[in-house]
Amino acid sequence: MATTQVIRSEWTKIRSVASTVWTLSLAVLITIALGMLISGLSAHEFDNMTERDRLSFDPTFISFAGMSLGQLAMIVFGVLVVSNEYSTGMIRSSLAAVPQRGTFLFSKIAVATGLALAVGLATSFVSFFLGQAMLGEHRAEIGDPGVLRAVIGGGLYMTLIAMFSMGVAAMLRSPMLSLGILMPFFFLVSNILGNVSATEKIGRYLPDQAGSRIMQVVTPIDDDKPYGPWGGLGIMALWVIAAIVGGYVTLKKRDA
Amino acid sequence: MSRFSVGGMIELEGLTKRYGEKVAVNNLSFTVRPGMVTGFLGPNGAGKSTTMRMILGLDHPSAGDVRIDGKHYHQLRDPLTYIGALLEAKAWHGGRSAYNHLLCLAQSNGIPKRRVREVLETVGLTAVARKKTKGFSMGMGQRLGIAGALLGDPRILMFDEPVNGLDPEGIHWIRNLMKSLAAQGRTVFVSSHLMSEMALTADHLVVIGQGRLLADTTMADFIERNSKSYVRIRTPQRERLLDVLHTAGITAVETGNGSLEVDGGKAEQIGELAARHGVVLHELSPQQASLEEAFMQLTAESVEYHAHAQGAPPGQQAWGESWRRS
Repeated sequence: MATTQVIRSEWTKIRSVASTVWTLSLAVLITIALGMLISGLSAHEFDNMTERDRLSFDPTFISFAGMSLGQLAMIVFGVLVVSNEYSTGMIRSSLAAVPQRGTFLFSKIAVATGLALAVGLATSFVSFFLGQAMLGEHRAEIGDPGVLRAVIGGGLYMTLIAMFSMGVAAMLRSPMLSLGILMPFFFLVSNILGNVSATEKIGRYLPDQAGSRIMQVVTPIDDDKPYGPWGGLGIMALWVIAAIVGGYVTLKKRDA
Repeated sequence: MSRFSVGGMIELEGLTKRYGEKVAVNNLSFTVRPGMVTGFLGPNGAGKSTTMRMILGLDHPSAGDVRIDGKHYHQLRDPLTYIGALLEAKAWHGGRSAYNHLLCLAQSNGIPKRRVREVLETVGLTAVARKKTKGFSMGMGQRLGIAGALLGDPRILMFDEPVNGLDPEGIHWIRNLMKSLAAQGRTVFVSSHLMSEMALTADHLVVIGQGRLLADTTMADFIERNSKSYVRIRTPQRERLLDVLHTAGITAVETGNGSLEVDGGKAEQIGELAARHGVVLHELSPQQASLEEAFMQLTAESVEYHAHAQGAPPGQQAWGESWRRS
């Protein structure tokens, strides 16, 4: 079984269903639009901020504010790419054609990841430039220290979120179950765990909390996170690897 | 001269599938051979689909082994070119077009695009090839599944309940397709819960019930052994007729409901004997025990230990209803 054949097949699959287009379009639109909105509001609020808040003011990170919501569409993309196979019955055709289950799963993830990376990077750059335009005099420049890293990191963050979702969907198989766990987790639970002082120390090791560190350029004054931007992204990558390994083991062991 | 001189064998050895306590497939051993249609017959829930899924490597056997030309399914390079299968359940994404569904399968096995158009033509779906498959009728779905099976021009074809949902024209078409594939020297393995369907298409018959092998025989043998004809007679002058028949060397058996049965197709002879001796007959009818009944008797034994109504006249209800577990 030549892997290139399977990659080509997975590309045909991903480009021939509507969910790919609408999930990714939503991710792009929400991230950019919400980022612009919050950037605009922040510029307006700047004059009313305390000295302390002004010191922590991170125009780059603010322009990525839309990702908190945009990542949910990325999660839907990742979940549907994998779990559609199960919910539609396609998995039986797929595994009859490609009985090497590892080749099948990793090719699928590779194709979807490539697409998510392209879309994520584009979204991140557009979000940055449009967000900075809204920030006016408070804006950051792409050449400023750490900014380019944050913008590229934003694209990587969206990609890793999608990959994590693919791994979870491969473990759970059901789209409803996967979304029912991932959406509230990333939208609510993780934020609560990360902001309540009792759980903060655990919360910051969650994939989104750790991963989003890469998008920060200005370190908040009271920040005591034990990892830097790349360290945070590394923690997120470990979550992704764990989810995908879990998905692979599930696929390998279970009946289709 | 057959197209495929070697290969095309499916060999099952002690194949077993357990789901917890329940044994869905129980120690199945048989071989499916090329150049003929092998019918895989059994009531619903007998384990036919599970067996077929294990052949394709979709389900893992609990014990035993199944090989295609001596290899495990996952060892086949580009498996769609060895064995093509129509599965019972829908196995495609409804949001994808028929063309793209077949294209992604073809690409994964290095099958050229041209072949996708060919099989769409063969199954008669060219006109709707670009339409999303969720709008397909059940019959169109079966045709798409068959197109997928034919895609790799494989020497083994496996069809799970292929006539389901097809209209009469479609049923006629699939029967002829299976026969012509077998005539080309291919292996055709087709499951059904309908004996009558098998009688029309299969050359060889594998019967299972409750996951166990009940028969592995040629269709001709099965028919010869099981389709006995007899004559049913009802008469108010029972003793006298029995005497007459006895004298003529004909053995009649009394049945529970007051009629007599005589083996073989001797209706004319019995009628003439009765007329000559002035015996009144209320009924003299040649009967044929159907293959359906023979199949029911065969499979009924495998479910004997389940409580069910005894003595229900066979053939008057959808078969299987009396013994299918409720």
